[in-house]
Amino acid sequence: MTLMNTGKPKRPIIHPLMVRITHWINALAILCMVTSGWAIYNASPIFDFRFAKYLTLGGWLGGALAWHFAALWVLVINGLIYVLYGMLSGHFRHDFLPLSIRAIWRDFVAALTFKLKHRLGVYNAVQKLLYIVVILFGVGVVISGLAIWKPVQFQFVTGLLGGYDFARIVHFAMMAGIVGFVAVHLVLVALVPSTLPPMITGRAPAHDPHSQDPEGAPI
Amino acid sequence: MSILTRKPSKLADLRPALARLERRLFMRQALSFGALSMLTGCNWGEDDDIEKVLWVVSRFNDKVQAALFDPNKLAPVYPESAITKPFPFNAFYGEDETPVIDGSDYKLQVSGLVEDKTPWTLARLRALPQTSQVTRHICVEGWSAIGKWGGAPFRTFLQQVGADMRAKYVGFKCADKYYSSIDMATALHPQTLLALDYGDAELPPKYGYPLKLRVPTKLGFKNPKLIAEIYVTNDFPGGYWEDQGYNWFSGS
Repeated sequence: MTLMNTGKPKRPIIHPLMVRITHWINALAILCMVTSGWAIYNASPIFDFRFAKYLTLGGWLGGALAWHFAALWVLVINGLIYVLYGMLSGHFRHDFLPLSIRAIWRDFVAALTFKLKHRLGVYNAVQKLLYIVVILFGVGVVISGLAIWKPVQFQFVTGLLGGYDFARIVHFAMMAGIVGFVAVHLVLVALVPSTLPPMITGRAPAHDPHSQDPEGAPI
Repeated sequence: MSILTRKPSKLADLRPALARLERRLFMRQALSFGALSMLTGCNWGEDDDIEKVLWVVSRFNDKVQAALFDPNKLAPVYPESAITKPFPFNAFYGEDETPVIDGSDYKLQVSGLVEDKTPWTLARLRALPQTSQVTRHICVEGWSAIGKWGGAPFRTFLQQVGADMRAKYVGFKCADKYYSSIDMATALHPQTLLALDYGDAELPPKYGYPLKLRVPTKLGFKNPKLIAEIYVTNDFPGGYWEDQGYNWFSGS
């Protein structure tokens, strides 16, 4: 909120600057990690398929690995900043909690019957669940990645994940979870395009009645 | 090490040509923005700049891995029943192209920062205290296989030749034109083995006869086979794949 009164009421910030910055850096990092990861997977597939080459990054295995192990620093550092911010600022506590199974079921049924109202700045229970789950997938993809990268130095972690070969499957599953989330996320943005500008400007659209509440959750 | 398939037999005869093609493409295209620039429609600058950044990060990752490397942490060992059969062949050429070395007149050359540069015969290498290990070989491609190797602890060999243990690198030149190098800390790791045997018999040519370095704390391509010369140096020696873009340290 600005201290100067410009005469015109400013639309409230629903996505704080930190969330917007880390969101877009994360989007780029995930894109690099997933596409280079698919190229690495293709060198020795664990399932009976390969990813189409035009979806992969790096050109050959060495290039893909170079991308993967460079982008990982962006992913991890940005992710740590986001999680620390989320915990310290109250973003997680205010916006992802409380969460009950009953509320998830209620909003899930409402969504499937197209009765769920979208209110900018407030997450429904299904959204809250998905955001929490994808953060856990993010933690899981990093931990399983460490288990594959350092099966000797971090053999304790690799052992917890069922050994080197199974840790590869876990890493793949975490990637699949993240990609699945991104797919749903993009479909929902396409269905409710008004959610996109606030992720860039931070501000709620003027016509959104909910956004007039200055005490609204800063999301 | 093929970048195409984990099943060497199928594409064996195509591998060298494909590997050469991939390598040629690499410097020009591989570290370019490639797919990403097509997705974003942005030109982020010269390909060379991107490639430089990736090389710098890879050298930084070498340092991170050297710091993470615990000289006393042992790679997990397995019972002999866990050995992968058949143990996969892997090289930058097909199995039928493996050079066959005559062991009777074989002499391992030793050079660089060592006191004794006398070449070693196989008999003299066998006279060193021998040990064996059943460990997991992890390929940069992602697959892994468990094998059994026997030979002399590399640390013992380095002591015998009076190597400068404060030097940074140990380099390897191989009879198949392969070359690689490792950091001194890894060279002195108790499980780093100058292998003469695979299983309970002499190394067959496909697994690196007459001499292979077995390093269970590094990826497979850091385990040179058909070793002809070992040298100790402070000048970064690189490696066959490392010079093309695989991360140099590549520790497990």
